Amino acid sequence: MKSLLYSILIFIFTLNLSSQDKDMLRWAADAESGAPYVFQDPRIPTKLIGFEVDIINAISKELGIENKHFQNQWDGLIPGLKRNDYDLAINGLEITEDRKKEVAFSIPYYITFQQIVVRTDSKDIEDLNGLEDKNVGTLKGSLAERILKEHGNITVKTYDSEASSYEDLKNNRLDAVLIDEPVAKYYAGWNPALKLTGEPIGEVVYGIVMRKQDTLLQTRINTAITKLITSGKLREILEQWDMWNYMVALYLDDKTVSNIKPVKYEAFLESRKTELSFDDYVERYIGYLPILGEAAITTIVLSVLSMILAIVLGLIIALTRVYAPRPLSFLATTYIEVIRGTPLLIQLFFIYYALPSIGINMDPFSAAILGLGLNYSAYEAENYRAGLFSVPRGQMEAAVSLGMSRRQALKHIIIPQAIRLVIPPVTNDFISLLKDTSLVSVIAMAELTKRYLELSATYYDYIGTGIIVAIIYLIIGLPFVKLSKYLEKRYSLDNNTKSF
Amino acid sequence: MNSENKIVQIRNLHKYFGDSHILRGIDLDVEKGQLISIIGRSGCGKTTLLRCLNCLEILDEGTIKIDDIELSRTKDRKEFEKKVSKIRNKVGMPFINSIEENKLDQDFKLKAHKLRTKVGMLFQGLNLFPNYNVLDNIIIAPKIVQGKDVENSKLHAIKLLAKVGMEDFIDRMPNQLSGGQAQRVAIARALAMNPKVMLYDEPTSALDPELVDEVIKVMTDLNKEGMTQIVVTHSMNFAKNASDIVVFMDKGEIIEMAPPEEMFSNPKDSRTRDYLKLLAI
Repeated sequence: MKSLLYSILIFIFTLNLSSQDKDMLRWAADAESGAPYVFQDPRIPTKLIGFEVDIINAISKELGIENKHFQNQWDGLIPGLKRNDYDLAINGLEITEDRKKEVAFSIPYYITFQQIVVRTDSKDIEDLNGLEDKNVGTLKGSLAERILKEHGNITVKTYDSEASSYEDLKNNRLDAVLIDEPVAKYYAGWNPALKLTGEPIGEVVYGIVMRKQDTLLQTRINTAITKLITSGKLREILEQWDMWNYMVALYLDDKTVSNIKPVKYEAFLESRKTELSFDDYVERYIGYLPILGEAAITTIVLSVLSMILAIVLGLIIALTRVYAPRPLSFLATTYIEVIRGTPLLIQLFFIYYALPSIGINMDPFSAAILGLGLNYSAYEAENYRAGLFSVPRGQMEAAVSLGMSRRQALKHIIIPQAIRLVIPPVTNDFISLLKDTSLVSVIAMAELTKRYLELSATYYDYIGTGIIVAIIYLIIGLPFVKLSKYLEKRYSLDNNTKSF
Repeated sequence: MNSENKIVQIRNLHKYFGDSHILRGIDLDVEKGQLISIIGRSGCGKTTLLRCLNCLEILDEGTIKIDDIELSRTKDRKEFEKKVSKIRNKVGMPFINSIEENKLDQDFKLKAHKLRTKVGMLFQGLNLFPNYNVLDNIIIAPKIVQGKDVENSKLHAIKLLAKVGMEDFIDRMPNQLSGGQAQRVAIARALAMNPKVMLYDEPTSALDPELVDEVIKVMTDLNKEGMTQIVVTHSMNFAKNASDIVVFMDKGEIIEMAPPEEMFSNPKDSRTRDYLKLLAI
């Protein structure tokens, strides 16, 4: 048991050492943020595309260095940057005074506005005033949210992903969505059920985010962006994505007419409009397999390692709580209550984002295992305690009166009987943990649920992708259910095959 | 009578649970090969006495001597009681006895452990280890406590099982046995540790009536072989027919002890008479 624990720790620490390459643009964006920012190429889901990907590629070409993408939840982009997980983030991050206190921004690479989107049959909404007394959706933490709240008299509903806000709009749960124009264009512009309406609202300026102390990097990035502007490369990218607008033209002081074709926008529309046959669907889902397979392996490894940690730690805690002298047993009880009584999500955030401030800096994978393992160890400890209590008191007395020490009695008599009793609840917890791994996407882990959200954001296919991912979870769980059935049999009191 | 013949000697044994004084100065000698029955009302302390002999309860005051091991405590009861009640107040803690043991000093613990190896105990409930088959139930303690060779202890175990008439059941799991069979295996299990004295806490009270005799037969057989046995029982038939000496206890004291014919035909103390009258004997 001990050596197993050590090998897990060693495994975790070796993983830790991998990713610190020299002079490389380590950039982060949330692939779930969707078109036209950063999203999976509908033809090759393992490849990321988007106008921000193009900008990063152009910048690294200017600088003559490679670049590498780091996945992180949109909310976590800035905390991750501060943790040194990567050196810059580009993902439609608006330059605001609040953010400027925390991080440094490059010069703007795009300027746009807020756009109202309504259902095609909607008539009365033309501007902000028209939104009064309506249900309006927008992205959490966005400029639009602030505009809506400052206007007043509007019921604001915030979303993590733009796709779900449009779904709600389509399904009459919202009356309108106010969102950055590129999002509106790429999500609603082509959709016959929705339309863009009203005048541009506000001004949204995107910049690349860097750590304040990385002044050299800031200079290099700004120089590179300036070159992209003067060489016309930035305009080329924006034109290809059909994102050139009068605000950018004003900002870049470029009033010329371009004949660059919006090829990438058209390619995107093409991928939206085509009616898919059954074979196309099959082909698409097969295309998912590499990315989902990889995510499934991440999910399995995460679940198994954290469950092993939880089982071993849980046993120690349960034995401490039940058998150790008072101060120790009190500590174990406190541990259980604190861990069990606080949300896993907050524990993960704490381990990943708060611990670095006291010098404990873990990579996402170790943090995920530690977070899940610690959390579930509290539940396992209680399972074991229930198991220990259900072994009749006479068993310990019988063992002791045969001359066994308490330790021997625990090892040979009590724990084997308790194990039998706790196999079903522990299996239960494992299945539950398997699904709880979806929470670790908040600390930059790309596991199954995260990939599901990304793929759905790319294809707008929540049902098909959802069914596939659900089936994968089910399939992953089955071998462990089998294992638990085997163990139940192995520890069954009717099974007399085991002997010395 | 020669004192070398006395294999168990108890002097002025006291035991408290919190504020209640359970054993109030027990003196008892048992000779080698005797079968002693202890009778008395529920709560009179007879089970506690037995458990003190096995150190499942730790005596508070007095001396217990079994074979050549002597366990003695003087009257430091108050301090001890404080500690114990502290532990006992902690609700939900199982196996309290073993924890109580933890509080004792190392030397005393060692002696208690040695004393325990001198006695085998059979409980009222069916306490075979359900996760081991019959044979393993018997050899597990010799193996892990005494580090005995498995093959040898298997042979020994089979002999013991033959003695209790269970040699055909070595592969069975405990939950496949009747209550009487389980108690016979439990006797064999205790005998496997070569005890000098066997203690029984109401060994047949959990059994169906038709299964009682097979257990009693094992005990009388052992008596013939010269095993010293102390039996707490509610069965007057057993006390009358099987034992050499009957001990009557009341309120933590030994009131009377005599051979069964004398005890049941001519009890001397009024308390004994009342008890036997109550049972309509």
